[in-house]
Amino acid sequence: MVRFALARFGAAVFVLVSISVLVFLIFFATPGVDPAARIAGRNADQATLAQVQAEFGLDQPLPVRYALMMKHLFVDRDLTSFVNRGVLVIPQIVHAVPVTLSLVLGAAVLWMVVGVAMGTLAAAWRGRAADPLIVLVGVVGVSIPVYWLGEVVNLVTQSRLHDSVFSWVPPLGYVPLTQNPAQWALRLLFPWLTLAVLYAGIYARVLRSEMMGALDEDYVRTARAKGVSERRILIKHALRCSLIPIVSLFGLDFGALVGGSALLTEVVFGLPGVGRLTYTALQNLDLPVILGTVLYAAFFVVLSNALVDLVYAALDPRVRHV
Amino acid sequence: MSEPLLEVEDLRVSFRSRRGTAVAVDGLSFSLAPGEVLGVVGESGSGKSVSMMSMLGLIRDPNCTVEGSARFRGSDLVGMADKDLRVLRGRDIAMIFQDPMTSLTPVYTVGWHIAEQIRVHQSMSKARARARAVELLAEVGIPDPARRIDDYPHQFSGGMRQRAVIAMGLANNPSLLIADEPTTALDVTTQAQVLDLLRRLRRDHGSSIILITHDMGVVSQLADRVLVMYAGRAAEEGPRQEVFHHPRHPYTWGLLGSVPRARAPRVRRLPAIPGSPASALAVPSGCAFAPRCRFAHDQCAERPPLAGADHLDACWLPRDRRHELRHSLDEVATAAGDPGQQSIIVPATEEFE
Repeated sequence: MVRFALARFGAAVFVLVSISVLVFLIFFATPGVDPAARIAGRNADQATLAQVQAEFGLDQPLPVRYALMMKHLFVDRDLTSFVNRGVLVIPQIVHAVPVTLSLVLGAAVLWMVVGVAMGTLAAAWRGRAADPLIVLVGVVGVSIPVYWLGEVVNLVTQSRLHDSVFSWVPPLGYVPLTQNPAQWALRLLFPWLTLAVLYAGIYARVLRSEMMGALDEDYVRTARAKGVSERRILIKHALRCSLIPIVSLFGLDFGALVGGSALLTEVVFGLPGVGRLTYTALQNLDLPVILGTVLYAAFFVVLSNALVDLVYAALDPRVRHV
Repeated sequence: MSEPLLEVEDLRVSFRSRRGTAVAVDGLSFSLAPGEVLGVVGESGSGKSVSMMSMLGLIRDPNCTVEGSARFRGSDLVGMADKDLRVLRGRDIAMIFQDPMTSLTPVYTVGWHIAEQIRVHQSMSKARARARAVELLAEVGIPDPARRIDDYPHQFSGGMRQRAVIAMGLANNPSLLIADEPTTALDVTTQAQVLDLLRRLRRDHGSSIILITHDMGVVSQLADRVLVMYAGRAAEEGPRQEVFHHPRHPYTWGLLGSVPRARAPRVRRLPAIPGSPASALAVPSGCAFAPRCRFAHDQCAERPPLAGADHLDACWLPRDRRHELRHSLDEVATAAGDPGQQSIIVPATEEFE
C-alpha cells in the first residue's frame, strides 16, 4: 500500500511538471503571438513592453524562459500583473484559495451525506412509493442551474423575506474562518446549499443505480443465505461496494470545483474565490493571473485525483496489486 | 426409518408476470433423512434451484408466491417470518451457490466472510472467530490457511473460492447443506476435489446434503437418493442404484442416455432428448414431458401421479414393459446413425461418469 502511494504520487508530480510545461508553451510559444504584448495588456507603451521582455527573458531560448517563469511563480513569487499595475499574482491566489476551499469543502460534505443517504434509501426502498419520489427530487436538483437557484435564493433571503423569516441571513461576502467562525458558516450556508443541490442529485442517482446492481449480485444472495440481516446486507455489502465508483466521481468533481469550477456560485454569492479571480482576469486579459490560476487548478485536479486513487485502493483491494 | 430432517410436501412456486403466471415448481414433494445425500437433477429451468431457494426465503421477487409446506425438524419453512428464517439460514441450513467467482463480496477478505458467518449466529470474539476460520479453511484443504485467511477473494482460484464458500457454509455445523451446482463452474480436477470434500463433510459432520446439479456423473458419485425433476415436478425419485440401473421415467432414460459411456457400443452422435424444456408459463396440464416423449399416448393428457413405494415415478407406461421400451430407445440411437432431424437439446452434461 505504501509503495502504491509513493508510485501514485510520483506519477502525480510527473503530471504536474508536464502540465506546467504545456501551459508555459501555450502562453509563450504559440506561433504568431507576441507574448510580451499579451502579458503587458492592451495598449501597453514601449517601456512596459521592454520591462516585460526583460522580466520574462523573452529574448532567451525557451528552456531558460521556462525556468525564469517557474522562478517567478514558485521561488520569488513576484509574478506581477501588468493590467492592474504592480499587483502581485501569487498573493491574490493565496487569498482566494481559502474562500474556494471553504465553499467547496462545505458543499462536498453536504452533498456526500445527502446524496449517499438518498441513494441508499432509494435502493433500499425500491418498489415502494418512496423510491421514485427520491429519484424525482434528485432529478429536480440536477436540473436547476446553479446561477438561477443562487439568484433566487439571494432574492428571497436578501430582499423579499429579509425583513421576516430570513432576517438572520448576513449580507453576501466572505468572512475568514479564523476571524469569526460563526459568521464564516452563516455566510457560506446558502452558497453551500446551492452548490450541494446539484451534486447531491447526481450522486443520489449514481449511487442508487450502483446499489440496485449490487443488490442483484450473487454475493448479496450469499450474504442472505448466511443469515445476515437486510440492513447489514445493505450497508456492509451493497453500499460498501457501490461507494467505489462514487469516490472516483467525487475526486473528479471536487478537483474541478476547487480548481475554479465553483465560479458561478462564487460570482452569484459575491465570494472572492479562485473561480471569480479567474473570471475577472479573463475579462481583463490579465495573462499572468490566468497563468497562475490555470496552474493552480491543474494542481488541485491532479492532487485530488491522486488522493482518490489512494482512497480507491483502500476501498477496493483488487486495485492495490496492479 | 428415523424422523425426516426435511419434509417437503406439495411445494408450489409461481411467479406472476406480464405474460401470465409462470409455475416454476409444481407440487414437489420429497423427504430427506438426517445424514442423507439427495441428488436433485434436471435440465436448466426444471425448478431445482428455485424450489430450494424458495424454502429458504431467498427469492425476493415480490411477484413470487410459495405454497405448500417444507417442514424442517417439524417447523414449516414456508410462510415462516423472515426474522425466524434468518436464524435458520446459515446456522442450521447452509446453502452454497454455483459460481464461486461472484459469491463473495469482493472488498472483504476470505477470513472476514467466514467470521461474519460465525458471528451472525454465535456471540464469539473476533479473535476466536478468526481462529475458527483458520481451522475451517484448513479443514476444506486450503494450504497455509493462517496466511491465506487475509487474502481477498480475487487472490483465490475458482476451486479455492468454492472451498472457502463451503468452509463458510460449514462454519456453524449446519445439519443441512444445500449445494446448488457446486462443481459446475470448476474444472474437472477441482470438481473431484470439491466432491471429495462434500463426501468428507457428510462423513465427519453427519450433515444431510441436497446436491442440485444437472450432472449425472456428480450425482452417481455422491447421492444416496436421486430426485429427477422436470418442469417443476418430480419425474422420478428413488435410491441412486435403482434410478441409475433401473430408471423408470422416459425423461430419466433420456438424461442417462445422453451421457457417453466408456464401455458401451460407440454411437456416432450422443442421443439427445428431442424438443426443448417446457416453458414455465405453459406447463401441459397432463404429463409435462409428454410433448417430448417418444412413448406418449392418450393417457398422458392426464397428469400421472408420483407412484411407487421406495422408488417412485410419474409415468403412465405399464411398469412391466418399461425395460423393453427403454431398450428400444438405445437401439434407435445406435442404429439410426443420424439423429440429426431431432432438434438438439442435450441436457447440459458437461462432464461424465
